[in-house]
Amino acid sequence: MDLLNAIVALSNFVLVPAIAYGSQLALGALGVTLIYGILRFSNFAHGDTMAFGTMATILFTWWFQSLGISFGPLPTALLALPLGILGCMAIVLLTDRGIYRFYREQKAKPVILVIVSMGVMFIMNGLVRVIIGPDDQNFADGDRFIITAREFREMTGLREGLALKSTQGITVITAVIVVALLFWFLNRTRTGKSMRAYSDNEDLALLSGINPERVVMITWLIVAALATVAGVLYGLDKSFKPFVYFQLLLPIFASAIVGGLGSPVGAIAGGFIIAFSEVTITYAWKKVLTYLLPEAWQPDGLVQLMSTDYKFAVSFVILLIVLLVKPTGLFKGKSV
Amino acid sequence: MRKLFLATTAAMALAAGFASAEEVKMGVALGFTGPLESLSPPMANGAELAAKEISDSGKFMDGSTVTTIRADTTCIDASAATAAAERLVTSDRVAGIMGAMCSGATGAVLQNVAIPNGVVMISPSATSPALSTVEDNGYFFRTAPSDARQGVIMAENILDRGIETVAITYTNNDYGKGLADSFAEAYAEKGGTVTINTAHEDGKADYSAEIGSLSSAGGDALVVVGYVDQGGKGIVRAALDSGAFETFVFPDGMISEVLESDFGDEIEGSFGQKPGNESDGLGMFVKLAEEAGFDGNEIFAPESYDAMALMLLAMHSAGSTKADDYKGKIMDIANAPGEKILPGELGKALEILSDGGEVDYQGASAVEFIDPGESAGNYIEMEMKDGKLVTIGVR
Repeated sequence: MDLLNAIVALSNFVLVPAIAYGSQLALGALGVTLIYGILRFSNFAHGDTMAFGTMATILFTWWFQSLGISFGPLPTALLALPLGILGCMAIVLLTDRGIYRFYREQKAKPVILVIVSMGVMFIMNGLVRVIIGPDDQNFADGDRFIITAREFREMTGLREGLALKSTQGITVITAVIVVALLFWFLNRTRTGKSMRAYSDNEDLALLSGINPERVVMITWLIVAALATVAGVLYGLDKSFKPFVYFQLLLPIFASAIVGGLGSPVGAIAGGFIIAFSEVTITYAWKKVLTYLLPEAWQPDGLVQLMSTDYKFAVSFVILLIVLLVKPTGLFKGKSV
Repeated sequence: MRKLFLATTAAMALAAGFASAEEVKMGVALGFTGPLESLSPPMANGAELAAKEISDSGKFMDGSTVTTIRADTTCIDASAATAAAERLVTSDRVAGIMGAMCSGATGAVLQNVAIPNGVVMISPSATSPALSTVEDNGYFFRTAPSDARQGVIMAENILDRGIETVAITYTNNDYGKGLADSFAEAYAEKGGTVTINTAHEDGKADYSAEIGSLSSAGGDALVVVGYVDQGGKGIVRAALDSGAFETFVFPDGMISEVLESDFGDEIEGSFGQKPGNESDGLGMFVKLAEEAGFDGNEIFAPESYDAMALMLLAMHSAGSTKADDYKGKIMDIANAPGEKILPGELGKALEILSDGGEVDYQGASAVEFIDPGESAGNYIEMEMKDGKLVTIGVR
């Protein structure tokens, strides 16, 4: 019984939240890594692209809600998601046509593109605030929980509860579907293969007749879709606030770099590594140990490796170690 | 003596032809952007309501008018706050500043702008205990009480409900740390047990790690010393979702309508306190605010009204808009003896002062100043009942 309690407590406070957060980071990191692999720069505007896509989805969600359309127990936002993705694709293509293409034609150095993307970041940042405002927007509807902590306790008779939010379930399932689709696309379709070829060796790809503008356009479309999905899932699970999306950029980049920039598998692994390191290393083990150990050994203190204040330090220490030992990241991305 | 002084100043003013009305500018320096941006508008409205009431009465300093100028102190960025206040003083030439809002910004503005330039400032909401001991040369007052007091009140409030172990999470800044520590000390002294006292950062993406530690430490309630617009809300959401805590204790930064709209009956039975009182003054202020089109029950809105009114009444009493002339009058106006003045009676107060009488300004928040120029501190105890924040009583 105590063992079960310990497992449930650990799942409730560590495993479940970390898996959901990890999926959100992984989807975000995939977008960053694709841009890096194919367009060859670190896109700092990614967090705000997510915010823009999410905002578009929220606006459509409100419209659906006003029409009385709902998705049963699932959030209406999932219905609005395809429209939100279209909105995000439009803005992303527009910035590419208007801004990035100019620098691409000049064969600008990656560092210049990085600075350009920061400019884009601030513009999008402002755009989102102008349209929807800087405040928190809660747009999740439908059933909030698959099972609440209290229901779980009553059902199993355990002392610890395991809460499973429907948004956590949706996040993981959607992430799996999206990642499967992406890998199928990259590995099995002609366009996907041409993208990988372009990423591996630009000159060879051009010689073999791949149209670079088309590859770039498709990359942006996929990135817009990934960013919107990641943003909406995050917003459903927590809440939508432009400033927080801007802040998300940091853990997303950490994930992409730890996994290896340019490597899609790496981005996913990196997302989970960062999420788990944030949650586990600063976790106070007192509760779990109290269940596991005989009474005489039970801890008085919190059994916490370090205070939660340091959780960001932890992910960046991991980042530094990975870069020192394996500069290309865990999954052999391009060298940073 | 006082009458003689007034009579001579009046005579001098007449002799110098000073009787002509002038325009008195007042600064309203609040965090219009930043973590407390949702609390700022009602506060600014409160201050501007007082300024308008005094200006419209036509009795203020021989018919002078009052205009207010807003400045954004951002709450978290001390250099932005300093620059904004500097602008008020040097370019707009304000006679006094109603502000700043957060303790950190207030300290910065006081040290860098108010004291060097000799400008009076009254903060309606800076509650850090550190501001009580700062060398302010008599230029700084606050209509909000120090958090040292709130810590004691909160400890009593929790123990009176029979809750003997709590976990604390605080926002990582002057306000959060100051209040969390003063509370933890008072609570332990009175026999309660604090299982963990840990910080959270505002505006972060995920609070599972914090909730994991808090839940592991345990406790019958979670004290959330944070901001309702920021991490505080994220913490409450995550704690509810994981079933870590069901009862929450909210100090002033968390008491807001957002609790009703975002959590409602999910936090049934949670409670907290905010500075304020249930005097007649508050009711009258709420009514005035309603006519002006805002909610006077919003936190620190009454204190803002009072801060502005106090400064203007002191100027009128001193017959001067110079800080060094009127800063000494503020304590006299705020405390007994004298006729009690409630919101909406500012015109009456001006008349009494003109006639050489004395007033005991009560205002919207039952102002009572103690040394060194800060509110003695009444707190309204609030509780979530049926998804609404209701007032339980005054402590």
